[in-house]
Amino acid sequence: MLRYIGRRLLQMIPVFFGATLLIYALVFLMPGDPVQALGGDRGLSEAARARIEAEYNLDKPFIVQYLLYLKGILTLDFGTTFSGQPVADVMARAFPVTIKLAVMALVFEAFFGIIFGVIAGVRRGGIFDSTVLVMSLIVIAVPSFVIGFVLQFLVGVKWGILPVTVGSRETFTALLMPAVVLGAVSFAYVLRLTRQSVSENLRADYVRTARAKGLSGGQVMSRHVLRNSLIPVATFLGADLGALMGGAIVTEGIFAINGVGGTIYQAIIKGEPTTVVSFTTVLVIVYIVANLVVDLIYAVLDPRIRYA
Amino acid sequence: MALSKKTLALLAATTLGFGLVACSDSGDTGASGGGSGSDNYVLANGTEPQNPLIPSNTNEVGGGRIVDMIYSGLVYYDADGEIHNEMAESIEPEGEKSYRVTLKDGWTFADGTEVTAQHFVDTWNHAVANSHLSAYFFEPILGYEEGAESMEGLQVVDDKTFTIELNQPEADFPMRLGYSAFYPLPDEAREDESGFGEKPNGNGPYKLLEWNHNQDATIVPNENYQGERTPQNDGIKFVFYAQQDAAYNDLLAGNLDVLDSIPDSAFATFENELGDRAANQASAIFQSFTIPERVEHWGGEEGKLRRQAISHAINRAEVTEAIFQGTRTPATDFTSPVLPGYDGDIVGNDVLDYDPEKAKDLWAQADEISPFTGEFTLSYNADGGHQAWVDAVVNSIRNTLGIEAVGNPYPDFKSLRDDVTGRTIEGAFRTGWQADYPSQGNFLGPLYGTGAGSNDGDYSNPDFDAKLAEAAAAETPEDASRIYNEAQEILFQDLPAIPLWYSNLTGGSSEHVENVVFSWKDQPLYYNITKN
Repeated sequence: MLRYIGRRLLQMIPVFFGATLLIYALVFLMPGDPVQALGGDRGLSEAARARIEAEYNLDKPFIVQYLLYLKGILTLDFGTTFSGQPVADVMARAFPVTIKLAVMALVFEAFFGIIFGVIAGVRRGGIFDSTVLVMSLIVIAVPSFVIGFVLQFLVGVKWGILPVTVGSRETFTALLMPAVVLGAVSFAYVLRLTRQSVSENLRADYVRTARAKGLSGGQVMSRHVLRNSLIPVATFLGADLGALMGGAIVTEGIFAINGVGGTIYQAIIKGEPTTVVSFTTVLVIVYIVANLVVDLIYAVLDPRIRYA
Repeated sequence: MALSKKTLALLAATTLGFGLVACSDSGDTGASGGGSGSDNYVLANGTEPQNPLIPSNTNEVGGGRIVDMIYSGLVYYDADGEIHNEMAESIEPEGEKSYRVTLKDGWTFADGTEVTAQHFVDTWNHAVANSHLSAYFFEPILGYEEGAESMEGLQVVDDKTFTIELNQPEADFPMRLGYSAFYPLPDEAREDESGFGEKPNGNGPYKLLEWNHNQDATIVPNENYQGERTPQNDGIKFVFYAQQDAAYNDLLAGNLDVLDSIPDSAFATFENELGDRAANQASAIFQSFTIPERVEHWGGEEGKLRRQAISHAINRAEVTEAIFQGTRTPATDFTSPVLPGYDGDIVGNDVLDYDPEKAKDLWAQADEISPFTGEFTLSYNADGGHQAWVDAVVNSIRNTLGIEAVGNPYPDFKSLRDDVTGRTIEGAFRTGWQADYPSQGNFLGPLYGTGAGSNDGDYSNPDFDAKLAEAAAAETPEDASRIYNEAQEILFQDLPAIPLWYSNLTGGSSEHVENVVFSWKDQPLYYNITKN
């Protein structure tokens, strides 16, 4: 088990180098000239261009730029943005709020998704099941920014129940609405996944056996059905954590959250390799760790799975 | 493995623990950041400044709006673009191209250090020596050269006096002195630029209280300020929004007091929703497109006829109404209606009228010189919300002239500018100009003067250059304006750029604030706002 974890963690090293190189190359290959854009409509003088290029190593060949960046990272210096802020500071500001938002969204979608899914799965074909299925279909079909804008306008502007935007007030109440919007689509998927696998597992042989052994309904549910049903759900949630962190651009924009997605988006627009690479590398690591945790959870859920 | 479950439990606990720590950490900072809500600050929208707050190295609006409030120059501009002395007691011309600047007594930086003539000269030299983004503002000064250590045109006479000598006469030079590049900085700014830019010490009406990167910045009145832009409020908190929609919703909900840019999505409704708290007025932003003479069929007499035909083929009034819901004003000249000296009836500006018959006629005349081949392309950057009007304009051209006309999107602004400045772009491309200081000359010289920095179409007309020189040497600003308007008559003949419209300022304010006046520069006069 420990050896397995160690091996998985060691795999992160080549992934780290591969990801940084690839992303750095992609930013480098992006059309246009990031320095030119700093001059705005008027453009830059040659001297100002030379000063900025030297400052950010943009005058050097690609591989030298990349190695300089790597050298910085190894000394925990992630470089600076074009506005002169250390990327490490930007990350320290963006990640906490995004982690908070992603965790809230994840808890929301997991909690309600699994509960609703189990009820729907157990009472398959009932009124609750049909209602929930239709509702989840609507949530999946409607783009999340529509849900975001409508909720923001109704709950925030019209009724004044929750704050309209987050900004610097990163409180639980302020993040509640964005988290629901962010988790809405995944909530629908979790619900449908759970419902499907619960209703399938209920008809499995081992459930019949467990009942025949004399186990109560609740015990059958929690020890046998739920455990087996949660494997696909756990897989989905693990992959979703990364998506929630890096892919919240739309939600972050609507609710003025200064998080990871928006920062990466802005950095791509500006062609700022240091920021893009640092942020995406952290996200890659989050993905890897989340997947590792999911794999370990398999072992808890399903005793047949063993790691060595 | 027997250990597995314990290990897992441990792992899960640690993961959760880290999550909680992260949450509680940020919760604390969030609370301290938002704790200032009890103060009665005016809440204004903003964007994260892209550079440390050094005036000569700030060329974008996010930093600019703060810089203008925490520093003062020799002169300042009021809401109408009229010029008033701020730190200058007087700016006296000495001969044709020299000025003697005398400073008022009693001015200090926020920390109490006296502002002297030496500060001005050192700051300006420093900007040029370090190739700051706005260093080109010092170009007219004698001895200017990219990266020059010091300019010989600047001489300190005594603590309160210095002289400026220019390369050549420029009548509107004193007008430019209110631009942020000319603000003075204390000595410590030159030793540690980025450190100073984080915690500036300026001589303006306000001083920076705190700056939470990517979130907000708060400025409070500077008690050492000596000028006329006296703050009428307890301070301004600029809240940085990545999306204007969020800012607009905050304005509607009363969480934001002043918004100086309404999002596109609300163009149709904001005047109803905000009532008399909405603002919609022409501003000093001129939009056009340029067709370089080097492009085949667009040079010489043929090109002139074709440009006029194109101009007549565009229904500006309809596009501004249909596409922009009235948030653009059709152009009537090459400058802007908010500038002193603007004239809406310049001879030849009827070329901007929509007249399909005349357009066809002119196009046919050009075809007699050389029949048109290929298609008309209009390049634009797809990241700036230009597609709708470009499509409308090319449709109008196609339908009127019966030629193939298409929009040509570039992924972003920088790739468009690369091709424009590299002169590799084919066909027409979007151009625009925003005033740095309220002078018509600023809209003409840099764009259409022979060899000028932003002359993207390589336009060159000796008559026009002569008018520019004449206006630059004019005795009074009124004379200069008259000559600039005459110079525009030449432009209406040649159409080095096809004028389209002026961007309007669209803004609004909440019920918590009064006296919100938007200036020629599209921004509210922050110091005038009162909050109840």
